[in-house]
Amino acid sequence: MARQAPVRDVAPTVQRLRLRYAKRGRLRFTSTRDFQRALERALRRTGVPMAYSQGFNPHPRISYTNAAPTGTASEAEYVELAVTSILDPELVRTALDAALPPGLDVLEVVEVRAPDFAERLQASVWVIELPQVEPETARAAVATFLAAETVEVQRLTKSGMRTFDARGPVVRLDVRTGDPEPAGETGTGAPCAILDVVVRHVTPSVRPDDVLAALRLVADLVPPVPSRVTRLAQGPLVADASVGAAMDAVTDPLAPDRSS
Amino acid sequence: MSVESVFPQLEALLPLVSKPVQYVGGELNAVTKPWDSVSVHWALMYPDAYEVGVPNQGVQILYEVLNEHPDALAERTYAVWPDLEKLMRAHSVPQFTVDAHRPVGAFDVLGLSFSTELGYTNMLTALDLAGIPLHARDRDESHPIVLAGGHAAFNPETIADFVDAAVMGDGEQAVLTITEVIRDWKAEGHPGGREELLLRLARTGGVYVPAFYDVEFLPDGRIRRIAPNRPGVPWRVSKHTVMDLDAWPYPKAPLVPLAESVHERMSVEIFRGCTRGCRFCQAGMITRPVRERSARVIAEMVDNGLAKTGYEEVGLLSLSSADHSEIAELAKGLADRYEGTETGLSLPSTRVDAFNVDLANELTRNGRRSGLTFAPEGGSERMRKVINKMVTEEDLIRTVATAYGNGWRQVKLYFMCGLPTETDEDVLQIAEVARRVIETGRKVSGTRDIRCTVSIGGFVPKPHTPFQWAGQLDHETTDARLRKLRDAIRGDRQYGKAIGFRYHDGKPGIVEGLLSRGDRRVGAVIEQVWRDGARFDGWSEHFSFDAWMAAAETAFADSPVDVDWFTTREREQTEVLPWDHLDSGLDKDWLWEDWQDSLSEVEVEDCRWTPCFDCGVCDQMGTEIQVGPTGVTLLGMPVLPVRGEGLLAVGATIGTPVRSGPVEG
Repeated sequence: MARQAPVRDVAPTVQRLRLRYAKRGRLRFTSTRDFQRALERALRRTGVPMAYSQGFNPHPRISYTNAAPTGTASEAEYVELAVTSILDPELVRTALDAALPPGLDVLEVVEVRAPDFAERLQASVWVIELPQVEPETARAAVATFLAAETVEVQRLTKSGMRTFDARGPVVRLDVRTGDPEPAGETGTGAPCAILDVVVRHVTPSVRPDDVLAALRLVADLVPPVPSRVTRLAQGPLVADASVGAAMDAVTDPLAPDRSS
Repeated sequence: MSVESVFPQLEALLPLVSKPVQYVGGELNAVTKPWDSVSVHWALMYPDAYEVGVPNQGVQILYEVLNEHPDALAERTYAVWPDLEKLMRAHSVPQFTVDAHRPVGAFDVLGLSFSTELGYTNMLTALDLAGIPLHARDRDESHPIVLAGGHAAFNPETIADFVDAAVMGDGEQAVLTITEVIRDWKAEGHPGGREELLLRLARTGGVYVPAFYDVEFLPDGRIRRIAPNRPGVPWRVSKHTVMDLDAWPYPKAPLVPLAESVHERMSVEIFRGCTRGCRFCQAGMITRPVRERSARVIAEMVDNGLAKTGYEEVGLLSLSSADHSEIAELAKGLADRYEGTETGLSLPSTRVDAFNVDLANELTRNGRRSGLTFAPEGGSERMRKVINKMVTEEDLIRTVATAYGNGWRQVKLYFMCGLPTETDEDVLQIAEVARRVIETGRKVSGTRDIRCTVSIGGFVPKPHTPFQWAGQLDHETTDARLRKLRDAIRGDRQYGKAIGFRYHDGKPGIVEGLLSRGDRRVGAVIEQVWRDGARFDGWSEHFSFDAWMAAAETAFADSPVDVDWFTTREREQTEVLPWDHLDSGLDKDWLWEDWQDSLSEVEVEDCRWTPCFDCGVCDQMGTEIQVGPTGVTLLGMPVLPVRGEGLLAVGATIGTPVRSGPVEG
């Protein structure tokens, strides 16, 4: 006999809020689950009247979309909340930002006015810093990568080891010369190559470490120290993404909520 | 002199290790004080993985107490996993605190909290990574004082080579006393060096400095005597007892980690100590007397803690939570207060005979009725008399019947194997108990959809208990008995499928036994096994029994003792025990009497409700039992603020949507 979940008075959802937040500095090492726990606790501390699900273990109605991998920083992570009162989005932003630790920063809150948010997140713009890698070496490797039709890489996913193409979804990949780290106790004074990469979202997703794995495969590019990766933006992909700055390859995914 | 963060060097290693978030700190309510603003710097270590160490109440309490002191700061450090340890060695990154990532070697004190002896090898890793010599005798003024606390510190003899000092009992006031001794010594310009500082600490009477005591042995391996070797050092060192828990309502701002930990809830300690008198229970014996926190202060701590953490569940902690004299009022008051807020209350450690359904109903008012856990500990009536559990099989059956009859579907029962005088029959009786539990449960609930899980592990005799003289059961016999029990449960056609069986094999218990009741000669085993690679001995995937036995063989090669001598050997009344000079308050003659009573299956009542039976603690320590009821109700508490009031859009009121109707969930 199945157990009956208690029927409880649950306040209805009257408003949905969409958040953009950043994951910065040392808090880039938080996983999605770490962020989820931190957010849920911050919501309780600030008293945001969350809508809860029914059932044995009611949980607040929050949806998380396409989170950046553990260890990568991001300026463009998105979350949607369902609440039981009409709230002022800017007040929610200020309160939540104050309640979350520095490094998990709430940048924008808008009221949901248009559907199908997940479909707006068509591509991501990543910046990958490669300390101690000569920009010329990086340029050569990138040229080989871009010239290839496909580059098969492997990654351990939830469904086991997967092999997939890391070249196809890369819309563009530029190389810049970064400031060398200052010589001294921690820096080496060595050069730094910076990759700006625009990747279309597909399944399984091609992540910055997959692009780096591909560069190692096609051109033996092996950075001597771990790279520093930041997602700068995600959103709808513009028609001609190869024109202008990499940053302009996607547009603001919250625009439909703001305008309608 | 300021101390630089090692985070820049550490950061480069973090992408290469598993769960890097555990090393970055950033917990809510963590405190980082400027290094130069205070004179005494404490690094507090829980010598296990971050996920186990960060919720530890002892460390959280001392962290806060010390950081509130104007002359002290405290930061936390935990054991790093072998993947990071390897990288830290390769890149010369020292053991660091997670608060400001300062090197542990720069602090004045490294305080280690040992809940279990299985953290000893992790201490050696931390000392080594910190650049602190492993042996106390090799340290100089530039090194921190290495200080052990926690329950295992009631016999720190096995780690006497590695620690400079140990403190027994409640730490709240002790750490402040130590801070002041160190502050004054530093202000005076370090007179007499490290030796003088340790002497000043030892002369307080509440800090044990192993180097100031000589241990002499008899030719057969037993201890002849333990005596101080410096003037002014006491023959016996006393434990510390905080007598007014209401005056120490810590932690006031519990730490909330970003990483997942083993306790995803807030804890409020509702009383300390236990006088139920279970003879196997070191915690109950060494934390006497019972000191209750008042219902009013508990309610304030719950309220304040929830507001500061955002946790969704509160555990009301103690050694036997339903024994609080005002538990009924407290549970009802809190359940009323948080009704409809998704806040859950839990009562870990509930005795079979203290369970009552009204209390359980209050705690599960929001509908969560997951499972109930009880610890009869002994399977047979006779066994429970030996251990003084004072619970009959009828008590147990009545309690589970009530639970199943009121909607619970899962009951977990904890037992021990290898108790003194135990036979196969005593352990096999557990299968009978489990059968009766299911039989009764099916009858009262009217459903077959109920379960009972039997969880059992090997018993380890501990210092400062009536069983400190007992021979520990060897691991082969323990495992054979557990197999017989498993077969009896699995072979039961009628009820076996409804009974789960979980057990821990006997081998780790033998190592724990060696470390619990060992003396200074065991230090060589710890060091050897650590050099051979032992780490995280509390984790079955890291623990190696064979490595420990091999290390013991090497370390004990030219000595009259071996592992069996320390574990399975029963001691005589007159034997000098390695911890006899460490005063837990318990009278050794009383402990012996209680051991004899145990062998005659004589039970001893709880002194909260019957006259004092002279265990010695209150006399020796100048303490007394503190229990309520205080009669103070929770009605006077402020009403919770309406949620989200300050966040409302202009013109909106809570509960009445002004613009849109409910949207689809």
